[in-house]
Amino acid sequence: MRNQTVESNFIVKGMRQRRRRWIFVTSLLSILVVILCGGMLLLGNTIYPVDVVIRTLMGEDIAGANFAINTIRLPRMITGLFAGFAFGVAGYIFQTMLRNPLANPNILGITSGSSVAAVFCIIVLHTSNTVVSIAAVVGGLITVIVMYLLSRGRSFSIGRLIIIGIGMQAMLDAVISYLILKSAQQDIAVALRWLSGSLNGSKMSEVLPLILIVVVFTPILLALGKQLNMLELGEQMATSLGIATDKLRITLIVSAVFIIAIATATTGPIAFVSFLAGPIANRLVGASASNILPAGLVGANLVLFADLIGQFAFEYRFPVGVITGLLGAPYLIYLLIRMNRKGEL
Amino acid sequence: MIKLKNNQYNSKKKKLDLHVPKYFPLILTIGFILLIVTIIASLVLGARVVSFQELMDGLFYQNQDSYGANVVQKRISRTIFSLCCGVALGVAGVLMQTVTRNPLADPSILGVNTGAALFVVVGISFFNITTASQYIWLALIGAAVTAVFVFGIGSMGRGGATPIKLVLAGAATTAALSSLVTAIMIPSQYAMDQFRYWQVGSVGSGSWDSILLFIPFLLMGVLIAFVSAPALNALALGDDVASGLGVRPGVLRVFAICAGVILCGVTTALAGPIGFIGLLATHAMRLVIGPDLRFLIPMSALAGAIILTISDVFGRLLGSPGELEVGIVTAFIGAPILILLAKRSKVRSL
Repeated sequence: MRNQTVESNFIVKGMRQRRRRWIFVTSLLSILVVILCGGMLLLGNTIYPVDVVIRTLMGEDIAGANFAINTIRLPRMITGLFAGFAFGVAGYIFQTMLRNPLANPNILGITSGSSVAAVFCIIVLHTSNTVVSIAAVVGGLITVIVMYLLSRGRSFSIGRLIIIGIGMQAMLDAVISYLILKSAQQDIAVALRWLSGSLNGSKMSEVLPLILIVVVFTPILLALGKQLNMLELGEQMATSLGIATDKLRITLIVSAVFIIAIATATTGPIAFVSFLAGPIANRLVGASASNILPAGLVGANLVLFADLIGQFAFEYRFPVGVITGLLGAPYLIYLLIRMNRKGEL
Repeated sequence: MIKLKNNQYNSKKKKLDLHVPKYFPLILTIGFILLIVTIIASLVLGARVVSFQELMDGLFYQNQDSYGANVVQKRISRTIFSLCCGVALGVAGVLMQTVTRNPLADPSILGVNTGAALFVVVGISFFNITTASQYIWLALIGAAVTAVFVFGIGSMGRGGATPIKLVLAGAATTAALSSLVTAIMIPSQYAMDQFRYWQVGSVGSGSWDSILLFIPFLLMGVLIAFVSAPALNALALGDDVASGLGVRPGVLRVFAICAGVILCGVTTALAGPIGFIGLLATHAMRLVIGPDLRFLIPMSALAGAIILTISDVFGRLLGSPGELEVGIVTAFIGAPILILLAKRSKVRSL
């Protein structure tokens, strides 16, 4: 009897500890995001003092600063913030659901599916932003359905799914290259964004769909976070804990695809953010917690940080996707080596 | 006595059957007919379709002034170049699949092409290397380093180099290297203009000069492949059996991989990364004539040449008045094959 109480005390204590760590890490990440956002607004060809930036944001008209901050830096910052958050959340959901850090929307070809649809709308149909966003979502969903149909069969294996994903990606990327090649000269600059992902030329009007989708879907996903963790325990365990696994999976996939497709339509596929955010968040908080929010924050931090580096660290301004690619690729290889050693593949 | 003779006769016959695949002459004939059709198509079709008269003029009279004849003469070098690339990639595919005993091995999937591209881009941007004869060596080093790296990662852990591990190592390495390539190319307008085709491979740059550069490497690689084919057949039975038959597995592997790396490295240096040809050619031919490498290697070479050249013709037709790089076309044809292979292979081997 006494033993039991002691044991349950330990469990409660552990839970409290984990909870405290979660809160600590999350607030730290939030503070970092705020600092990076400030950096995005302050830094540039001209560095404005803090009070000028704040007065400009409040609506005061200061010659020069007004244009630089409200028209260029603010949309860029907001786009980076929301896109990074979206990539992080969606990546985390796929990785957790499929129980494999390699299973992220990039490798599974979902991002490429969205990109194809978006590039097609922009270059061939010359449609408005709303249509581009819708097309990106549809493209992502179609890719998911095709992947599901292809990987279905007698026995499901994550390895098979990933190889099929690599094949899909190769094909879809070929389509993107074809579309870009056939496009008119003036569209190429816009279209090139879909090869590496960039925050250049972000406009307030283009960010609105992204903000809307992220604001709508994040609470849904956060509410499902606990169930997602139970899903990670395995199909049978989750079912016996009273979860309708199929329904949950579909809801999670559709929400994640919505989020990542919109982000892709806005910035292009920013390499590796969806892949990096989940493992980093898990490392910081501990894998047992529901890390959707921390993963999103890590994603936002990554994108903002990489964009600052890309803009100011070198003589030449690199698009953010190149920087995240350089940061993320070694980590991918490291992860692969570790998984091979442990025999997880 | 008679019985014994009969037996001997039977076993001999059986052996012969093993040696020459069924319908081999027929398949070879069809292959050559296809090859000729492909070559003619490559000479005739394109943004401008030439007439028969112009084709003949261009082929057989050197000093013809007609526009069509000139077009044909330009296309001759392109066609020969793409045939060379196809042969190289087809043979490289067979070698890599055999040595790694891995149905998904292909220079593009294993990231070897991207490694070659990275070294060349570095050479151009930082060391002012300008001539093809110089950066061919860079491409070879890059391809070799990448091959070693990918095989190293892929064969770590239990079970050695399983297909899934190798493919993932290749995909990760490709992703890493291509972000490096982009990062180097973006600031340098010159490198970007000169070598944009390294994002997608193209045979459009094929000239007599590049063919001349290509030939020695091509001959060397193909020769090694042909010579080592019987030994590689023994290797396919397993290392123990191979050593029993007098083959040294380690040495043989190194030789075969070297040949594969030379072939795909040089192709990448001259044409850029062209994917999936090795995968397509080898699997198609294995379906038709079986796994005997003494036949599979030459037939894959033939199939690679046909597939690459036909893809280039399609690219020219689809992309006219410009052209669609052949790397895009082959990715589009080849990726479904990869998916199909992944679907059909057993889970255990993945």
